[in-house]
Amino acid sequence: MQGRAHTLAVMRATRRLRVIELLPWLILIGTYFLLPSYLPLATQIIVMILFALSLDLLLGYTGVVTLGHAAYYGVGAYTAGILAVSHWSEPISGLLAATVMAGIVGLVTGYIILRTKGLTLLMLGMAVTLLLEALANHFNSITGGADGLQGIMMPPLLGRFEFDLYGKVGYVYAAVVLFLAWLVCRRLLLAPFGRSLVGIRENPLRMAAIGVPVSRRKLIIFTVAAALAGLAGALSAQTNQFVSLNSLSFELSGTVLVVLVLGGAGRLYGAFIGAPIYMIAQDTLAKSSPTFWLFWLGLILIGIVMFSRGGVLGLVDLLQRQLKERFGRNAAKIGEAL
Amino acid sequence: MDIVNLGVGILFDGVAYGMVLYVIAVGLSVTMGLLGIANLAHGVFAMAGGYVALSLMNNAGAPFWVALVASFVAVALFSIVLERLLYRHLYDAGELEQTLLSIGLIFVATAVAHFVFGPLPQRVDIPHAISGQLTFFGETFPTYRAFLIVVGFVLFVGLWLGLDRTMIGARIRAAVDNRSMAQCLGIDTNLLFMLVFAFGSGLAALGGSLGADIIAIAPGYAMEQLVYFLIVVAVGGLGTIRGPFVAALLLGLGDTACKMLVPQFGAFFVYAAVLVVLLLKPAGLFGKA
Repeated sequence: MQGRAHTLAVMRATRRLRVIELLPWLILIGTYFLLPSYLPLATQIIVMILFALSLDLLLGYTGVVTLGHAAYYGVGAYTAGILAVSHWSEPISGLLAATVMAGIVGLVTGYIILRTKGLTLLMLGMAVTLLLEALANHFNSITGGADGLQGIMMPPLLGRFEFDLYGKVGYVYAAVVLFLAWLVCRRLLLAPFGRSLVGIRENPLRMAAIGVPVSRRKLIIFTVAAALAGLAGALSAQTNQFVSLNSLSFELSGTVLVVLVLGGAGRLYGAFIGAPIYMIAQDTLAKSSPTFWLFWLGLILIGIVMFSRGGVLGLVDLLQRQLKERFGRNAAKIGEAL
Repeated sequence: MDIVNLGVGILFDGVAYGMVLYVIAVGLSVTMGLLGIANLAHGVFAMAGGYVALSLMNNAGAPFWVALVASFVAVALFSIVLERLLYRHLYDAGELEQTLLSIGLIFVATAVAHFVFGPLPQRVDIPHAISGQLTFFGETFPTYRAFLIVVGFVLFVGLWLGLDRTMIGARIRAAVDNRSMAQCLGIDTNLLFMLVFAFGSGLAALGGSLGADIIAIAPGYAMEQLVYFLIVVAVGGLGTIRGPFVAALLLGLGDTACKMLVPQFGAFFVYAAVLVVLLLKPAGLFGKA
């Protein structure tokens, strides 16, 4: 029985919110007051954090490597955008509708995709994205085709807060949505369900042997991840008031993968670190020379694989271990909190 | 009569396109089956081959045949360097690492190609011997495409015989089936892997330069064509020679038919068909489940 009590104590301890986990939210609040002219960029970063977080559930925690996550982002973006231009412009219900829609598409396509593995799984994810892109391109009377979906008008949020030119309302709106999504993800991942996902990542055969319905769990988390990606897409459509075909592209799937891995996959906060680094670097570097941006991005990816498989958070771990060796436990506490 | 012409045109162009896809992707299928490496950067080798061959022809005035051989050799050697430097460390790593490394390589290669050769597709001059038209049964066919079809078939038969009838083919099959057992029998799997990787990359280069008139050589090549190469491998099923051949033929025909008959839908029906095939047979048409 002592083993059981100990397990419960550990689970409670990990479930408890640590102080450092408040840091992202303090930064978000600080940004609103200190950097008002950067709010549109910060809103994009929030959307990217949410998108990368959704991929983390699937890739980082469950170990399903996919290059087709943009499909669900795109479905969410187009659903919210099309609703908005066809007289259903109330933002919050639009957001929910887009989330549900992306979840349904995720469930159906996930059923096919998850039956395969490896190279085939990667290919099917890409094929789904390209298929949806071809559809969106063809039905351009609804989606705007290659020109993108224009003319999205957002009525005031909750009937009171007008979406302003400086992006203040959009920023707060996106931040609140991210906060709620983070609460859901955190709860989900710390629950026994979430721990079983990690088990599936580490050893699917053993999980199946102890009675975990592996395929069903994978399909569930695939659907949840797709729905959350759709939420991110919808948020992007509503705050930018524009949806482009790029939101259904292989490039975007690649980008979100890079963002997640840059921060650290399977750590819940990898998305929070990768997205700002990537987006700010892109904002400053890519404008002057897109070719060099791609070159450095490629080198960084190769570097991550060869030298630091855990991304930035992995490097923090390494630093923490070395501090511990050199100065004893106290000095390492800061690192431990991450 | 028009429908017959259209049908024959689709058949001919589709088979030629399929052969190009086959020559490029067969190496990916073999390395995937043998090494278990998801080398998404395979298209980089094809693109590099295309650039080598076309610059030799356009700038140095080299004959077509010389350029083909040179692209095969140069890319095969280059791939050995990459194998020793990068891929070797990933044989036992997870899928994620392999995916990331190959995407990183695609990005770097795209940027380098853009920087060195510019954003536009490379000019292709088909040599006199295989330009012009052939006439069969009152129908005319471009000689270049007929040449591609012949090359594809010859390569297919050659690979099949090589893998089925030669000693090195037997060693490769043994290593695919059971690597550690093959090692116990004294097969140097390390060397074998390196050779197969180099040969597969060389074939990709050959396919890239042979098919340069069908799939244009431009910086975005590796990324844009990736999904087609993967379809050939996945639909064909891993570890066989005829699997990718049949899959490449089907894909070439299907894609050509879609582009000629319903261009407004892009490749929608191709992707839909791929989803259906893999729903019914998740291991591919000829793969072992």
